[in-house]
Amino acid sequence: MYPAYLEESIHIVEDTRVRRLIENIPRLTEDEKADLLRQYHPDYIATSMRRLQAGINKGDSTPIELADLLEGNSRIDPDRIDPSTPDYNVDVLVIGCGGAGASAALLANEAGARVLIATKLRLGDANTVGAQAGTQAADRPKDSPAIHYLDTMGGGHFENIPELVEVLVKDAPSAIRWLEKLGVNWDKAPDGNMHELSGGGTSRRRLHSARDYTGLEEMRVLRDELKNKKIDYLEFASAVELILDDKGQIAGAILLNMETEELIIVRARAVVMATGGIGRLHIQGFPTTNHYGATADGLVLAYRAGAELIFIDTMQYHPTGAVYPLQILGQLVTEKVRTLGAQLVNGHGEQFVMPLEPRDIVASAIIRECRERQRGLRTPNGESGVWLDSPMIDILRGEGTIARELPAMVRQFRRFNVDIIREPILVYPTLHYQNGGIKIDTEGTTNVPGLYAAGECTGGVHGRNRLIGNSTLDLFVFGRRAGRAAARYAREVKRGSPTLEHVRRWQKELERAGLARERPVSPRLLPSYVRRAHGYARQEI
Amino acid sequence: MAEQARLIDIYIMGRHCQVPEGLTILTAMEYSGYRMLRGCGCRAGFCGACATIYNFKNNPQLRYDLACQKAVEPDMCLVQVPFFPAVKAVYDLEKLKADGEKIKALYPDIVKCFGCNTCTKTCPQELEVMWFMTDALRGDIRAVADKSFDCVMCGLCAARCPQGLAPYNVALLCRRLYGRYLAPVSGHLDDRIGEIESGKFDAGIEELKKAGDKELRRRYAERDMEPALEQHWE
Repeated sequence: MYPAYLEESIHIVEDTRVRRLIENIPRLTEDEKADLLRQYHPDYIATSMRRLQAGINKGDSTPIELADLLEGNSRIDPDRIDPSTPDYNVDVLVIGCGGAGASAALLANEAGARVLIATKLRLGDANTVGAQAGTQAADRPKDSPAIHYLDTMGGGHFENIPELVEVLVKDAPSAIRWLEKLGVNWDKAPDGNMHELSGGGTSRRRLHSARDYTGLEEMRVLRDELKNKKIDYLEFASAVELILDDKGQIAGAILLNMETEELIIVRARAVVMATGGIGRLHIQGFPTTNHYGATADGLVLAYRAGAELIFIDTMQYHPTGAVYPLQILGQLVTEKVRTLGAQLVNGHGEQFVMPLEPRDIVASAIIRECRERQRGLRTPNGESGVWLDSPMIDILRGEGTIARELPAMVRQFRRFNVDIIREPILVYPTLHYQNGGIKIDTEGTTNVPGLYAAGECTGGVHGRNRLIGNSTLDLFVFGRRAGRAAARYAREVKRGSPTLEHVRRWQKELERAGLARERPVSPRLLPSYVRRAHGYARQEI
Repeated sequence: MAEQARLIDIYIMGRHCQVPEGLTILTAMEYSGYRMLRGCGCRAGFCGACATIYNFKNNPQLRYDLACQKAVEPDMCLVQVPFFPAVKAVYDLEKLKADGEKIKALYPDIVKCFGCNTCTKTCPQELEVMWFMTDALRGDIRAVADKSFDCVMCGLCAARCPQGLAPYNVALLCRRLYGRYLAPVSGHLDDRIGEIESGKFDAGIEELKKAGDKELRRRYAERDMEPALEQHWE
């Protein structure tokens, strides 16, 4: 139920629907896109960025919130820990267990490696479960991996690493089949043909979905398979530092039992970093769609061990985060809503952008509409937003489409008495995805021997802006590759003796740069949402 | 926003707290000083980590929901369900058959269901849990898969079942059997995998990889767009 003044505005949206049904907003040219991004995209606010003063990416620009953590102090004292007395001794340690970590663990296990998964929250608590719209794969006769390649490069502003994109698009159909063989239920026509939809910036319909619970469906199957394969895992065990050996190779990691606060030492021949995203750092104060643990831990650990990062100056703001009701501020309203035909409409009942432009473009257009043109709406709480005209979907595709295709969205809004079948949704961009991360090659290899990475914590696959449905695809393509490669490496590597010398070196570098006192400890592990009415006690227990 | 809103009384594990109206159970706990570790995941209603039980000061009947999706109400008494052990069968999907009897073979206790319907009343996703358990007993894999599809696996059904069943794990088995063995096969997917393996698209992609920035931009701008709607609306 919207307040009366918003109900008034909804009448304008309803009155303009007939006109908008036959209206075609043209796509923007590359020059128009560049202008729009420069003026309105949050990545271009120079004061929100800082150049790194320590580490391999010294001189590179990144959001202040991430820079603080990348330049952060270690949580451990290397003089008080002996890395050569491990609690676990394995071939492959997988850190993080969303779609990428689970895929890597399954493939490493299949290749014969002894695998241990360490994850900060529960097994499978990751951004993967919140992915709603689908997974891209060019498998229809009218489509091809080459067209998928072109769409992906264009979406990323042609800065993606071509070799990674090639692998992404060529592995995509087999990733879909791999998941199906594991028992994922794809939306299909009765003849078996995949029911596929288009998305922002895709020139073909190639999104494979499972209602609007796609990531959840993928994750619950993978999690179940990890248990069936009896792969060991430690829940509520965050990695707080990597261990190297005297040859500079990966030798394991130090974990923190989040409940008992004990440290756990894991010796591993190879490590797959699959820690996901960054949303809970709330870059520029944006709300986020991300899960509770998305605090860029993997970037921090890999960086301190010497891994190179790329594209760390670009974040993805999903165009349609909920702004009303307040309880779900910033939560994802899936792009599938626009995919199915919903338009974006300002307070005058006008469209202001083609709804299926890539995400950075649509987000920038919404920010312009609200900030510069003042044609957005305000919630009772003071948030700005524009209408996402969801009822158009049933008008275009027939009654019942919304209920069938978007059960999660219908359910989420119904809890707060908003019926998205009858009424539009109020939206504004929300922090959604980190486009960049750890630099990898096509096997997930990083520049640190024995350190592999996959999924959202990596960079290069998506250039400066990721397309819809390419993130979940990335998880399965590169997660599987990294798992296989890590198992192979683990078989061959000649191990040295484990050391934390790199942590000592790092702390000295911070001291020299005059940063040690100013910077927080990192990785962050969890965001801090707790209100302390009278400040904190001297020592948090 | 928090400080201006009307304060309401709630009870967190018995402790009286005042919190602003409009918070969820999850954010009300954080407002009251509780740092979440267990019992918090996606914060958006998809992961099932924050399954929660509550009642009201003057109404002892237990109610169930996801803490991140339920707004607090005056006189709510809150607890969390941080962990609940539940039976999960271990199996090799490749060695199973899509035979309805398999469900009972792997989860023999489901015959003990006496139809109290507590599971259905407990489900925060409002699924017809008891009905799909009945379908499972009859061996109707497809029906279980369909009716349980929106399950977030929060485990509340298992926590409350007087017979110790874990409907969410039974449902997952059925969905996996359906996806693996009963869903109609996609011919175009297999065809495309074959084409990729035979190298059919290699030259095309290689050409794009080698194309200069200007040429790639031209091709991108000129690429034809398939209509988003399967058929044009008129």
